[in-house]
Amino acid sequence: MSPVEFIPMGQSEKPPRAVWLAPLSVMLGSLMTLLPVVAVVPFLPPFGLMVLLGWRMLRGDSMRVWVPVLLGLFDDMVSGQPLGSAMLLWTLCVLAIDVLDTRLVWRDFWQDWLIASGAIGFCLIAGRLVASPFGAHVDTALLLQMLASAALFPLIYRLCAWCDRDVRKQ
Amino acid sequence: MAPPRNRRPGFSRRAQYGRFIGYVGAAGGALIGAVLLLLSTFNPPAFAALRSVFSEITTPVASGLHWARRGLSGIPDGIGSYFAVHGENARLKKQLAKDALTVARAQTLEQENRRLRELVKLRDVTTDAIVAARLVNSSSSSTRRYATLNAGSWQGVKRGQPVRDPSGLIGQVIETSPNSARVLLLVDPESIVPVRRVRDGLPAIASGRGDGLLDIRSASVSTMGFRIGDVFVTSGTGGVFSPNIVVARVIRNQGDIAVAQPAANPDALDFALVQQTYLPEPAPAPSPTIQPKPAP
Repeated sequence: MSPVEFIPMGQSEKPPRAVWLAPLSVMLGSLMTLLPVVAVVPFLPPFGLMVLLGWRMLRGDSMRVWVPVLLGLFDDMVSGQPLGSAMLLWTLCVLAIDVLDTRLVWRDFWQDWLIASGAIGFCLIAGRLVASPFGAHVDTALLLQMLASAALFPLIYRLCAWCDRDVRKQ
Repeated sequence: MAPPRNRRPGFSRRAQYGRFIGYVGAAGGALIGAVLLLLSTFNPPAFAALRSVFSEITTPVASGLHWARRGLSGIPDGIGSYFAVHGENARLKKQLAKDALTVARAQTLEQENRRLRELVKLRDVTTDAIVAARLVNSSSSSTRRYATLNAGSWQGVKRGQPVRDPSGLIGQVIETSPNSARVLLLVDPESIVPVRRVRDGLPAIASGRGDGLLDIRSASVSTMGFRIGDVFVTSGTGGVFSPNIVVARVIRNQGDIAVAQPAANPDALDFALVQQTYLPEPAPAPSPTIQPKPAP
């Protein structure tokens, strides 16, 4: 436990690291597509979206509600999806979580995991529908990708919590 | 985590309006996203310029990662050979372990050398190759199959040019930027290549399925069905792909459609060759100009 910092009167507390680290980590997650593998099936979980959801679940105030629009734009630039798909879907997810927050009295890790898995599944399925024609045989790979993403989410969640550890807990 | 009880951020008007405007911004951004999505669905190359700016920045990083991967891929060989050696002679074992890395590196170099020689030979016979470059990364998280080539318009790569390696066709360049290009792989669900059967020249169409395989449909009326093992090469129809590049081999027969395995594995190749478009685009027809009537 670090000693209590002295903050003089009239000066505000140092802003938490999450202010800049949250968008940066989401962008780094999106850049996971730079892995030097030329894939013939979609196998990589959408790490940008997963990090975004992790931050949203752990610290709802780490990002403004419109930030997913810009982060989605960045993701569209590097992911190969048509421009606008992550902009739209990520923002819809974050808005839906905001609505859910008004309904749920309390959410713990299991509910966070469930909500995040639902959001990842929604984004992947909707992204597949807008990007590939209906007849494409990508659904098995997509299902595996969704399962892998849902299984990996707790790890990303821990990572976000680890990034956020500079905030003093009361 | 407990959600905030009250969503009003206190009595400050400024904070309340700020939050409201934030939501307006999010909804507006989502709407803009929807409009952009519609635009890019109906006109896929619409935002190529914007994407190329990003790919200019990210491709050098991906090239570096690819270089590291090639360096590292020699190491499992070394470790494997270390464990494979039986331990009756400690000295020999040590010697082997010491040599294994060198051998692996030499093997990689030798393999690369052989492949390069093969490529050079290939360049000798097909004089229309533009550049040999590497495919450094791909859209691994999307259902579309794009790869990034680390050579671009400064190296002479143009939109529409076919990309191949010594063992077969890989895809087609669809977007270029100064130092990188985007390649639509053969297995993308929207890729279509006109092919013909080697055995009898039966014209067919190879389209990507999205799961790493190709669908082959006969393009002629008299279809006699496909046989497992039939090899298809590009036919040159359409003028993009030069004829006689190996495309795929049939592995399964489903009535009118055959499922085929592509000949080239884009992940295993060292170098990809960008070729000239087979037939150049025809010059635009001269627009008829209205001759001014001589005044009487």
